[in-house]
Amino acid sequence: MKKLVTILLMVFFAVALFSVTAFAEGHTIAMIVKNVGNPFMDAAGRGAEEACKELGNNFIFQGPATPTVEGQIEIIENLIAQKVSAICITANDFDALVPVLQKAKGNNIKVVSFDSAVAPGGRDVHVNQANAELIGKLQVQAIAEMIGYEGEIAILSAGATMTNQNTWIEYMKEELKDPKYAKMQLVTIVYGDDLRDKSYNEAMGLFKSYPNLKGIISPTTVGISATAKAITDAGLIGQVKLTGLGLPSEMAEWVHNGACEAFFLWNPVDLGYLASYVASLLCDGIITGKAGEEFSAGRMGDYTIVEAVDGGTEVLLGPPFRFDITNIDEWKDIY
Amino acid sequence: MKRQNSLSDRRANITFKWEWLLVILIIGISIVNGRLSSHFWSYTGIMDALSVFLEKGFMVLPMALVLIIGDIDISVASIVALSSVLMAMSYKAGLSMVVAILVALATGAGCGYFNGLLISRIPGLSAIIVTLAGSSIYRGIAYILLGDQAIGGFPSWYSYLAWGYIGGTHIPFIIVMFVGCAIVYGLLLHRTAWGRKVYAMGINPVAARFSGVPVAKIKQIIFTLNGLMAGVAAVFLTSKLGSSRPNIATGYELEVIAIAVLGGVSPSGGKGGILGVCLSLILMRLLRYGMGLINVPGQVMMVIIGIVLVGVVMLPNIFGARRGRKRRLKEAQ
Repeated sequence: MKKLVTILLMVFFAVALFSVTAFAEGHTIAMIVKNVGNPFMDAAGRGAEEACKELGNNFIFQGPATPTVEGQIEIIENLIAQKVSAICITANDFDALVPVLQKAKGNNIKVVSFDSAVAPGGRDVHVNQANAELIGKLQVQAIAEMIGYEGEIAILSAGATMTNQNTWIEYMKEELKDPKYAKMQLVTIVYGDDLRDKSYNEAMGLFKSYPNLKGIISPTTVGISATAKAITDAGLIGQVKLTGLGLPSEMAEWVHNGACEAFFLWNPVDLGYLASYVASLLCDGIITGKAGEEFSAGRMGDYTIVEAVDGGTEVLLGPPFRFDITNIDEWKDIY
Repeated sequence: MKRQNSLSDRRANITFKWEWLLVILIIGISIVNGRLSSHFWSYTGIMDALSVFLEKGFMVLPMALVLIIGDIDISVASIVALSSVLMAMSYKAGLSMVVAILVALATGAGCGYFNGLLISRIPGLSAIIVTLAGSSIYRGIAYILLGDQAIGGFPSWYSYLAWGYIGGTHIPFIIVMFVGCAIVYGLLLHRTAWGRKVYAMGINPVAARFSGVPVAKIKQIIFTLNGLMAGVAAVFLTSKLGSSRPNIATGYELEVIAIAVLGGVSPSGGKGGILGVCLSLILMRLLRYGMGLINVPGQVMMVIIGIVLVGVVMLPNIFGARRGRKRRLKEAQ
């Protein structure tokens, strides 16, 4: 027992010799993502870091190991204890982060949600990818062109509770009401929870349950690449078409083999850059997050804060970008 | 000579307790944390850190009892989800919040009672099978009831449960509640005849039954308590989140079992106590808090916690084995 105590104490003092790396002057901006190890989120982190460097701010990048709201709450509590200046967060739940973010705001921390919004009560402003209506519409138009405006389609989404996916799906349903899609039928919506294996299995399940399935829309980066792999593995290239939102680096293979002809995305690096820039401007008091405020965000140019449909305010990044065989190779090394 | 030996052994066993190891680790981790982050030694910071997700603590207490009798319950996280969803739905249906909270507790106890009934009355049904099934059934019902919806908008006093502080101090209300529960469970397990029967069941269930311990009845009570405390956890977790969804508390069951095991509760039954479990809870919180303060990424944190868990559980075995060997050598001489 004595030996055990001595060894433990020695280990502790050895570790204790490491010192803290002190932060430079400037604001400390923390970015919390849905989960770590997600390339889209990592790209957003790179953009945020770029803006922080430009503005002389310190940058912290954090996320839970699995995409849960409990994991994000724990991180926010830790950031409050660290007295950071601002938090940029992409939420795993629209409502459940509000209490803890209100505590953060009470501790004079600015809160910017980006990508997936937090309810207005928990944020100062939201940085949105692009007009949600446009994102929904473009994906429906793309799949309609691929399948010749006829046949069964399905949606493979992320988690059933994820704010942004649900909004886009609503707009997809709206768009499908247009008479030109009369021969198209949305048969089901399944959820892969942004896990590769689950999304893959859900896609395989779709092929079994709906043998006449003509197309799949997957408005999530994890879902679309898992579905592309499932289409390839099941030998259904050409029979089941695929579009959605994907990362060029992950999708290049599937664009080349024909599993996915075209997909969309905004630039996550720019999104992270803008979110981090907005956070810094909030800390400086240059903007407060009210609708109508105008500001300039470094290399991204000028923006205006507008009213959001959820009752809060938001900044819109710009229209989504279409990737296909003509441009995929330029983009696949970027993100 | 031999008797003396065993006497001094027993004394050594009293001073060497699992709890001391945990205390040393807690002190050690605090020193390291303090060195690594200048924000660590703050009263409010530590209080807040201890109260983050303390609802797991409410689940660890009865889980210790379940493990001590040599069983396991992996349905608790799903019971939390179902209790929370039913509470939110009853509030939305017009019941008062107090009644809704009682609904959550009753749901938890009901699920636990159902688990206990199957496990203790039907021979051949082991706890792991029943609670594994229970875990999909309870969360499944929660999903059927609420789908992908969320229910929020609870009265403002309700958020006090998870976010409030006692009076003008910075002592979180949830910590006071937890300490109260821990004392009740500690007394129940360590100071009553019922508690001794629980240990007897864990050490040797057959012998216990033949000595007149009502094994089935005690099992039934313990599983019901486990469900009830999951209901309590649901009340606090929902207060923390401000809303209810069927996917809350995912993965809690494993964390709760891990904390109990780190606290010295043997999954094979008969060993461990409430104090150890509470210390283990503090240890786990401070470890996560410390790593959070220096922004250790989530996946690295998971690995470190896994290593700590295995390492700490292994330590006494390694040293115990060595001590035993030395003693045997001495005796041989």
